[in-house]
Amino acid sequence: MIWVVLPAHLRTLARVTGEVILEVEGPVTQNSILDALETRYPMLRGTVRDHVTLKRRAFVRFFACEQDLSHESPDALVPDPVASGAEPFLIVGAMAGG
Amino acid sequence: MSKIRLLAGTKKGAFILTSDGTRKKWDVSGPLFGGWEMYHLKGSPADPNRLYASQTSSWFGQIIQRSDDGGKTWHQPGTLPGEPTTMPDGTPKGESNKFVYDTSAASGQPLTTHQWYDGTQRPWEFKRVWHLEPSLSDPDTVYAGVEDAALFRSTDGGQTWQELAGLRSAKGHLWQPGAGGMCLHTIMLDNNNPQRLFIAISAAGVFRSDDAGKTWRPVNRGLKSQYELPDPDAEVGHCVHRIAMHPTRPNLLFMQKHWDVMRSDDAGESWHEVSGNLPTDFGFPIHVHAHEPETVYVVPIKSDSEHYVPEGKLRVYRSRTGGNEWEALTNGLPQRDCYVNILRDAMAVDSLDPCGIYFGTTGGQVYGSADAGDHWVPIVRDLPAVLSVEVQVLP
Repeated sequence: MIWVVLPAHLRTLARVTGEVILEVEGPVTQNSILDALETRYPMLRGTVRDHVTLKRRAFVRFFACEQDLSHESPDALVPDPVASGAEPFLIVGAMAGG
Repeated sequence: MSKIRLLAGTKKGAFILTSDGTRKKWDVSGPLFGGWEMYHLKGSPADPNRLYASQTSSWFGQIIQRSDDGGKTWHQPGTLPGEPTTMPDGTPKGESNKFVYDTSAASGQPLTTHQWYDGTQRPWEFKRVWHLEPSLSDPDTVYAGVEDAALFRSTDGGQTWQELAGLRSAKGHLWQPGAGGMCLHTIMLDNNNPQRLFIAISAAGVFRSDDAGKTWRPVNRGLKSQYELPDPDAEVGHCVHRIAMHPTRPNLLFMQKHWDVMRSDDAGESWHEVSGNLPTDFGFPIHVHAHEPETVYVVPIKSDSEHYVPEGKLRVYRSRTGGNEWEALTNGLPQRDCYVNILRDAMAVDSLDPCGIYFGTTGGQVYGSADAGDHWVPIVRDLPAVLSVEVQVLP
């Protein structure tokens, strides 16, 4: 089980109030987590990554285990504590603006 | 008595303002979609309770919202509240925010490139929906004007979108972004001819289709943009800010260009300037009176580098002669220390008699006039910056 924390605007769109628990089949990567997220909450498709290219949107960041994973390969394995469900995978709106 | 419903999109959410036909006392509800940029909301002429909204954010991209009950409840088309979010085979529902340029073999339209600020070519890239135009006859059909400039259509109530890709072949490689981006911001449907559509793009110009959107051609003859385009006869590249039409005179068009207020009497085949005695001919919105096709409204803005009203005075200008002769409408509007802008989609007219007219400002005020502009009152004063205003007359 993967523990995902969404930013407030995406919780509103997904109609959830707290964190999201997902089942992820196979290797746990950014892409497999997002695949599972978008399957369960299709209204989030296009909000975290592009519909077609599946690239992360420019102002979205992925944090976990006090690390910024945003620039890691989306097919790389996430840290073990995320894969085991001990630590959350955080989807964050980037700081942008003045 | 009729009711009036105003749909106001702002930089930080949407608001619905309602009144009875006297248009004296208003109720304000909102914010809806708080924190999001609401570029445009518009109701279906065929079903006033069917509303469409463009919700967008630099962080999380584009969302389309739909209401089937006049704005009481909203949902992303394809994902009704309480329904399964996947199809029986597990395929996710909800593609309502998927705007993909059509490069299919069927359309025969490659993605190609358009002109960038530095003169280089750049591929089209979807950014947001600027304008939603519901069909005049079918509540499930709606058009979307997007940035980078293209026209999309949905025939299933906004669940899925298909590009009308023929538009980009109308010299698309010469289109270029204006300061606010390369946006398709105006869509006009002809009540008398369902085959005819007009669209306008900053900075490309006006385009017309006479086959329901399959093929398009630029209709910009007579536009002069000497400071932006060295070629005085340039067919595309003009920064058209808004066009307007009266439903009973579909060949009579008015335009607020970057600079210049223009008029066409032949459905865009030729344009001539009607700026006349305006204090400045720069501006964004332009609208036509609901019952008088030759009565036109604009709000002059000081200049392209100073986007606020001149002399600190908020003045709507009205021409009852189809242009050239303009009168300032000031009664009830601030006439000192006012430095707001009125954006291109932030003005609307209702169909009551006398005609009501409304506009929103970047300072967060929404003003209304129940007598065609002779007197104005602030309906609400302190919203976020207003991006769009639409009006519905309800039975």
